[in-house]
Amino acid sequence: MKVALIGLGSVGRGVAEMLAKKDDLGLVLTGIADSKSAFMDPDGIDITRVLAKKKKTGSCGDQHLSAADVIKKADYDALVEVTPTNALSGEPAIGHIKAALNRKKHVVTSNKGPIALAGKELRAMAKKKGVSLRYEATVAGAIPVMHTLEHGLAGNEILALYGVLNGTCNFILTRMAAEGLTYEQALMEAREMGYAEADPTYDVQGIDAAIKLVILANTIWDNGVKLADVDRTGIDLLTPDALRLADEMGCTIRLIAEANPKKRLLRVSPRILDKNHPLVFEGTLNALTLETDMAKQITLIGRGAGSVETASAIIGDLLYIRDRYVQRA
Amino acid sequence: MKLEMKDSPGQLVAALKPISEVGGNIIAVLHQRDPDPDNHTLNVQIVLDLPKGRLDNLVALLKDQGVRIQRIGEERLLYQRSVILIGHLMHTGFSDTFDQIDSTGFAEMTELVMSMPAVNERSSSRITIKAVSRDDMEAALAILRRVSQQKSLLMIEPLEDAA
Ligand SMILES: NC(=O)c1ccc[n+]([C@@H]2O[C@H](COP(=O)([O-])OP(=O)(O)OC[C@H]3O[C@@H](n4cnc5c(N)ncnc54)[C@H](OP(=O)(O)O)[C@@H]3O)[C@@H](O)[C@H]2O)c1
Repeated sequence: MKVALIGLGSVGRGVAEMLAKKDDLGLVLTGIADSKSAFMDPDGIDITRVLAKKKKTGSCGDQHLSAADVIKKADYDALVEVTPTNALSGEPAIGHIKAALNRKKHVVTSNKGPIALAGKELRAMAKKKGVSLRYEATVAGAIPVMHTLEHGLAGNEILALYGVLNGTCNFILTRMAAEGLTYEQALMEAREMGYAEADPTYDVQGIDAAIKLVILANTIWDNGVKLADVDRTGIDLLTPDALRLADEMGCTIRLIAEANPKKRLLRVSPRILDKNHPLVFEGTLNALTLETDMAKQITLIGRGAGSVETASAIIGDLLYIRDRYVQRA
Repeated sequence: MKLEMKDSPGQLVAALKPISEVGGNIIAVLHQRDPDPDNHTLNVQIVLDLPKGRLDNLVALLKDQGVRIQRIGEERLLYQRSVILIGHLMHTGFSDTFDQIDSTGFAEMTELVMSMPAVNERSSSRITIKAVSRDDMEAALAILRRVSQQKSLLMIEPLEDAA
């Protein structure tokens, strides 16, 4: 199956590296683009060479070509869209995805913007064109949440879900609890470790977790909820004393995203949890508990971000498409 | 069970005594703080664990003591929840909130632990509420949520099973 890759940052590089390394998957890279350049080869791109060029010059290909050229002209079966998330406009990803769907190409993305903002429209468009739109990597990184919902829990009614969907916040809370650090000190540590962005607003105010919650709710219940519908409180006002008061009763505080349509609940907020609760773990991991009618409770825990970890989710989606739609290797 | 008794010294002890006599175990006693001033009675809720078949015995003993039983609810559990509040609590005071919750008659604040940070810093407090039913707990928490919002406090609640 032929794959085009738009975006060559942390995630795009992870995908490219794994495609080069795992050449037995039958996935051939025929187009690649970053913000300034692009490159195409219908017979398969020499990934190692392109990555070396990107590292050396900052551009992966030809300055006269763009992502739009690859999407519109390259020979590919599935587009991998991994440009930065824009939670307000969803662009440039929405445009990229629509252009590919219009050409009846499958799309795989880790980009939360287009799915949270235009998921319903894009899913309908894919259906109409007879292709697949998959976005496993948008929620909880490497954890196969969507595959679990779609296959493992097929036939179950999902009653509610709650989870830890932001690794940066989980790291900060872990450090505040373990060392008695202030929020500011723990945030600085997260920055030094490369877990927090220069502008941590999205993470610490719960926006990132809320976007993921919106994606999950729409995927499971198709209820059309939006980011503005999420009742959201971040972790930036927490005090070391609050964590100590929780600790004194055998508990700690975690940022929990939860949805329960029967209770009309859609919320991201810091919560008190028993230290033995399955959603209490250290560091940057993510987790999600699904409550279903037949299986009852299922909790998935794993890496919520990272270059190769996120590539794992994307490659899982690509192979699903290959097996389901594109029988040629 | 909910009891009504004369608001006079010794009455409560007299009412509690038969419980141990029939082999019961008192889990919690919740007073209504302001007794009805007109008929000089005191309303008390008692949560207890009773061996099977002893309830009739207890009711008879209580009646002998002059205690009127207003309501008996079997298999009632005692609910306990702790929440943490962050904000400028010192400036805002808390006693009115306590009173609001206690005046529901079905829930009570049983603990308040407050950290004392530097002047002008936000303080953190842990409040424990006990209630006789899930609904009563929810009503008490709703009061706390409303007060937190009014006073710009951050209220951190426990995560309960969502479904
Ligand atoms: N990092 C993670 O662990 C993770 C996990 C789950 C989901 N995600 C999501 O995955 C996406 C990619 O994340 P990332 O960490 O890889 O981001 P990143 O490191 O910032 O990389 C973004 C890439 O997109 C390229 N790009 C920007 N605008 C473009 C445009 N108009 N056309 C073509 N390419 C463009 C950039 O080009 P230049 O190289 O030229 O700047 C860069 O290569 C984001 O939506 C993110 O939210 C990330």
